[in-house]
Amino acid sequence: MTEATATPASYLSIDNLWKAFGDFLALKDISLNINEREFVCFLGPSGCGKTTLLRAIAGLDLQTKGRVVQGGKDVSNLPPSERDFGIVFQSYALFPNLTIEKNIAFGLENTGRSKSEITSRVAELLQLVGLPEQGKKYPAQLSGGQQQRIALARAIATNPGLLLLDEPLSALDAKVRVHLRHEIKELQRKLGVTAVMVTHDQEEALAMADRIVVMNHGVIEQVGSPTEVYRHPANLFVADFIGEMNQIPAIAGASGEVTISSTKLQSQRHDFNVGETIVAAIRPEDVIPHGDGARSPGAPDEIETPGNAFEVDVSEMEFLGSFWRCRLQHKMFGTGELIADFSINAVRRLDLAVGKTMTVELPQSRLMAFVPAGDAS
Amino acid sequence: MSNVDLTQLPAGPTIKGKLSRDDVIMRMGMGVIALYLIVTLAFPLWAMLSKSFSTFKFDLAGYELQVSDEDGTYSGEILTPELLNSELQVLTDNDLIAGSDSRLGLTPFFPDFSFRSPVKYQIRNTTDVGRFLVGSELKTGTEWLELDSNTFRRVQMRPVKATGMGNFINYFSTPALFNSIKNSMLIAVISTVVTVTLAFWFAYALNRTCMRFKGFFRLVAMAPILVPSLLPGIALVYLFGNQGMIKELLFGASIYGPIGIVIGSVFFTFPHAFIIISTALAISDARLYEAAASLRSTPWRTFWTVTIPGARYGLISAAFVVFNLVITDFGLPKVIGGQFNVLAVDIYKQVIGQQNFEMGAVVSVVLVIPAIFAFAIDRLVQSKQVALLSARSVPYQPTPNAKTDGIFFTYCVLVALFIVGILGVCQFAALIKFWPYDLSFSLTNYDFDRMDGGGWGSYYNSIKLGLFTAVAGTCIVFFGAYLVEKTNGFRLGRALFQMFAMLPMAIPGMVLGLAYIFFFNNPSNPLNMIYGTMAILVICSVTHFYTVSHLTAVTALKQMDREFESVSASLKQPTMKLFSRVTVPVCLPSVLDISIYLFVNAMTTVSAVVFLYSPKTSLASIAVLNMDDAGDIAPAAAMGMMIFYTNALARIIHLIVSKGVLKRTQAWRAR
Repeated sequence: MTEATATPASYLSIDNLWKAFGDFLALKDISLNINEREFVCFLGPSGCGKTTLLRAIAGLDLQTKGRVVQGGKDVSNLPPSERDFGIVFQSYALFPNLTIEKNIAFGLENTGRSKSEITSRVAELLQLVGLPEQGKKYPAQLSGGQQQRIALARAIATNPGLLLLDEPLSALDAKVRVHLRHEIKELQRKLGVTAVMVTHDQEEALAMADRIVVMNHGVIEQVGSPTEVYRHPANLFVADFIGEMNQIPAIAGASGEVTISSTKLQSQRHDFNVGETIVAAIRPEDVIPHGDGARSPGAPDEIETPGNAFEVDVSEMEFLGSFWRCRLQHKMFGTGELIADFSINAVRRLDLAVGKTMTVELPQSRLMAFVPAGDAS
Repeated sequence: MSNVDLTQLPAGPTIKGKLSRDDVIMRMGMGVIALYLIVTLAFPLWAMLSKSFSTFKFDLAGYELQVSDEDGTYSGEILTPELLNSELQVLTDNDLIAGSDSRLGLTPFFPDFSFRSPVKYQIRNTTDVGRFLVGSELKTGTEWLELDSNTFRRVQMRPVKATGMGNFINYFSTPALFNSIKNSMLIAVISTVVTVTLAFWFAYALNRTCMRFKGFFRLVAMAPILVPSLLPGIALVYLFGNQGMIKELLFGASIYGPIGIVIGSVFFTFPHAFIIISTALAISDARLYEAAASLRSTPWRTFWTVTIPGARYGLISAAFVVFNLVITDFGLPKVIGGQFNVLAVDIYKQVIGQQNFEMGAVVSVVLVIPAIFAFAIDRLVQSKQVALLSARSVPYQPTPNAKTDGIFFTYCVLVALFIVGILGVCQFAALIKFWPYDLSFSLTNYDFDRMDGGGWGSYYNSIKLGLFTAVAGTCIVFFGAYLVEKTNGFRLGRALFQMFAMLPMAIPGMVLGLAYIFFFNNPSNPLNMIYGTMAILVICSVTHFYTVSHLTAVTALKQMDREFESVSASLKQPTMKLFSRVTVPVCLPSVLDISIYLFVNAMTTVSAVVFLYSPKTSLASIAVLNMDDAGDIAPAAAMGMMIFYTNALARIIHLIVSKGVLKRTQAWRAR
């Protein structure tokens, strides 16, 4: 579950962190290492404890038990003002009565910098976030995206060792959000600052993070790179929370085999005992569509694992721009349906339409087996 | 959820956060302001409460006496005053009830006493707590003391202090006193019904019709807030008094009594009710009216099913605020109440007239009960009011209707005439030489230095008090509100602070003033030195008007982003820098509102300061009261109008300053 290989370049380490609000446990025994210059996202549904964890790292809401070590220094019980971080909030929290320049300069004052140093640093930061002309304006005169960039500039003005981002993009329009997440990532890489971002948006996490920490109910479900988390979810929760996933009740066979309503299919290797109730899972985009001649050897789209291919009825098709989402019926799934995403190309090539019958294959390497929801230890 | 299982937590101590310098400073600041509230509110009230339960009684069994024959030899017979009293019946049980300063001589128990007699006396206390005086010398202890006859006549028993319900029993067995409860309730209820009704239709006209001159009417409706509550009383004396201009309109009824109090109360509580109801009517949702219209509801039915329910919290809140104002008001019933006793005036009479402080404390406790009750309901209702407003609401836009607009315009003119009339009569009275005999105009009534009440000095004192209260009060209140809103952790301390901040609103001014006597005039109190100075008046005013100011500040602070403090801490900047550079400038409009509120109220208050002023610190509002008491009604009216003009001027200055300051410091508000 938690990361097994703690690298020596660890910058921030969290040991056995607990947080109780009254008799509610918001964090349960969280341990995590974050490396220097790494961009880590805490991802999870609302109430999973991700913001609580961020605020504990910042010292804004102290943990009940456990240690936080930053840059080799135990900061577990230090107030925020004695830790080393910059923070950006969803609400930007820009001081409304100060100009953009003064907002950015706020943290530079009383630090032994001269007036001219501060002025040039502010100009440099404005340049860095791409708003060199806006220094004399007030926050209310800027757009949301611009305000968030100013908040970012203010947070990094003093060169903190750690940048904390608490849902920084949630209040923005979809277009601005996509643009800004790229910029933030770019900036973080350029500055080489270690960053922790909290988000509930999986797309954001996948696009920005070096590593994603998936959380639920106060525990870490999985830590891994975006591809790891997406390709090899540790459990059904992660599989379901990130991306789409078909979940089919099944019985475990020998390792590499699952049985869905008496049809035996080849799957990834698993550790279940034969006969255990499990959930077989496959992502919609991993379902392979096949033409009529696919069963004959040497065909351009020859079926890899013949046992995993079967005929289905197309019951519904939904056009989602870059692909078609199809609902497929087979007696194997009972009243349920198999959801499959087919490229526009494939739909045209196979001449698919509602009511038609087609062949699909669930490739062995993409068919996973999980403990059913609710049974999780 | 399985989350409740705290036993999952590993053993070992909970992480204790290290306090930052800012945390320490903020907690200390909160401690200081909490201490201020405790010393200026909790301790005095406690002193008053314990006063109301302390009874004094002569304990006749507490002394033993021996009387010698003429040769100076004692028979050995030991007498007690109790024994002697049961034989002679000199004193009844009622005579034994005493005040804290009562004394009682022993000679009445010896009918044949003569101070020239060679007979000698021995006296002692039977208990260690017993006390008696020989001349002015206090004797305690159980040693026998031998005295000659001449000295024995100067022996006086001192009462024993006890804690009990005695004062309350005494109060409730004196009809002259407890009838005031009925009287107070009666006028408070009648005034509430009348004021809320009048204010509702006035607010309705301003919010729901298209009549003209709304701005003017709004201004007039607010005017009574600028004068002491006793001013309408003076106007009513001129209008309906024994030599009143239009006393025939009362058809022989006397204005001195409930009628006068109710009319005056309606005048001075009108703006309070108007503001609350007007706010409630202003936030109504036009969509409900559209729905009602599309369902073909009659206007009458729409009124009862949409308008009234929408404003119900405002109406209830206004009712309790008015009730509270009337039942705790002292100035008006003092001026026009005549023989009609009410609770607030009873406190004054007991304390100033009869020097019976214990009874004053008892009446205060009786008065606090309905006041706290009304206050509690008002708070409850106000907290519900907020929920009515949703972001999707569409403001109601009235449509012109010549007939209704005309009716409401006439109504508003009548109400405005009432308000302007009261003020006009006062101004007229102030300028007339000698009503009703010499109607020529003159300024002799403004020659305050020749009247009782402190002269022009008291007017300047009032301005001083207003300014001090505004400046000191705004600082204390705003800083206190900031600390309680933004301090990290420290839950219990903050909750207690909030409670203390809400308490002053439930405490009538008279009660607070009396409590201050008990607490600050106690010689053993080190703060005794501020008694009789301007300082105690400022402190009393700040405390008395704390709650509304605190709520204004809290409302403004709640609108600030919660994360400003987090950002500032992460940037390693002191919280006080954030406070002065961001919080105060952004909240400046509210800060100015608090200061004008404190100024105007310090100028007009009578009840809070009537027990606390000294000859050197007499105030304009007190001068109005005292000049009226002395029969100088015209100068009293003149002084009252001086308060009005001063407050009006202060309001105008506040308006100009606010505009100017806003323009300069709030440029960021403009997009």
